[in-house]
Amino acid sequence: MHNNSSMRTPLGHVRGLGSARSGTGHFWLQRVTAVANVILATAFVVIVLALVGKPYDAAMALLSHPVVALLMLLFVASGLIHMRLGMQTIIEDYVHGEGAKVLAVIANTFFTVAVGAASVFAILKIALGG
Amino acid sequence: MAEFNLPKNSRMTEGQKWPAISGATNTTEFRVYRWNPDDKANPRVDTYTVDRDDCGPMVLDALIWIKNKVDPTLTFRRSCREGICGSCAMNMDGKNGLACTTGIDECGAHKDGKAAKVAIYPLPHMPVIKDLVPDLTKFYAQHASIEPWLKTTTPRPEKEWKQSQDDREKLDGLYECILCACCSTSCPSYWWNGDRYLGPAVLLQAYRWLIDSRDEATGERLDNLEDPFRLYRCHTIMNCANACPKGLNPAKAIAEIKKMMVARQV
Repeated sequence: MHNNSSMRTPLGHVRGLGSARSGTGHFWLQRVTAVANVILATAFVVIVLALVGKPYDAAMALLSHPVVALLMLLFVASGLIHMRLGMQTIIEDYVHGEGAKVLAVIANTFFTVAVGAASVFAILKIALGG
Repeated sequence: MAEFNLPKNSRMTEGQKWPAISGATNTTEFRVYRWNPDDKANPRVDTYTVDRDDCGPMVLDALIWIKNKVDPTLTFRRSCREGICGSCAMNMDGKNGLACTTGIDECGAHKDGKAAKVAIYPLPHMPVIKDLVPDLTKFYAQHASIEPWLKTTTPRPEKEWKQSQDDREKLDGLYECILCACCSTSCPSYWWNGDRYLGPAVLLQAYRWLIDSRDEATGERLDNLEDPFRLYRCHTIMNCANACPKGLNPAKAIAEIKKMMVARQV
């Protein structure tokens, strides 16, 4: 909002700290991962459906197949990158306190990396015969 | 955080119900937002009964009728009364538009094809100066910030800067914008981040200069727009295209800017 009590000119207020000269990378990567997710999420659903009703050993065998393991890894990576970018957009939209916003953006990254590390570890453990 | 409740001093109260002019049979009820900075009171909604037999067909006609015949303190902007100055932009029946080009019977709860009740508010989420007059200072400053004029380095030609017919056609759907602010003030992203997001009207104007074949500052203009807030707060909600009283599509102009951003990187 234009602050009437400030003596700064409206144009000075609007120009603020200037353009960040970034944002296109974020925008583009969100679209690229969206396209990747269409393919990888479909593969993920097919894999899950293939496991319905199967015993533990059969599930382990399927998940340790190199192609299946790779698809799972790629789905986790693409899905999490997409999730983090989208969540960051939502934080920037709705969290306006500078402190809370920075904390939320950091927490968003930490959460994504933690989920990613745990998922990758689990997939590799199965695939490489834990 | 985003504001889901109005601040205490902005909450609406029920205002005065002005008596109908005696003898009027063909009437429409107008419920109009009133706020006066001088009386320190919360905003209120006044009710006026407009005699449709004594008044033109447009919402602006009704407001002028109220001001002339009932309540001279009702404050609003108007000038051209033909949809080209953008002064009378306001929120009618929940939708932004120009009071002069919006028919009374186009809005409001209807009774036999005729509006029975019409709600009139100022443009949403802008500071109010008085009644239906919003403070557009920031909006105009944002327009100034995109430097809406032809920028060239090549020495000025003896006559005009030339442009092919095809290139001129690229400005159609852009040059018609009258900066009434209907689109920007209908945009939730502009409501939440109007300080940093430029909003649909200003971005449509920015694209009008980006796509002008005579302009030589395209890269510099893109540099100044490339920002998570200035440009990328647009989430294609499309309220802008729905609100525009000139039938323009700011969301498409913004999408074209994003395509230009990607084109120079990918």
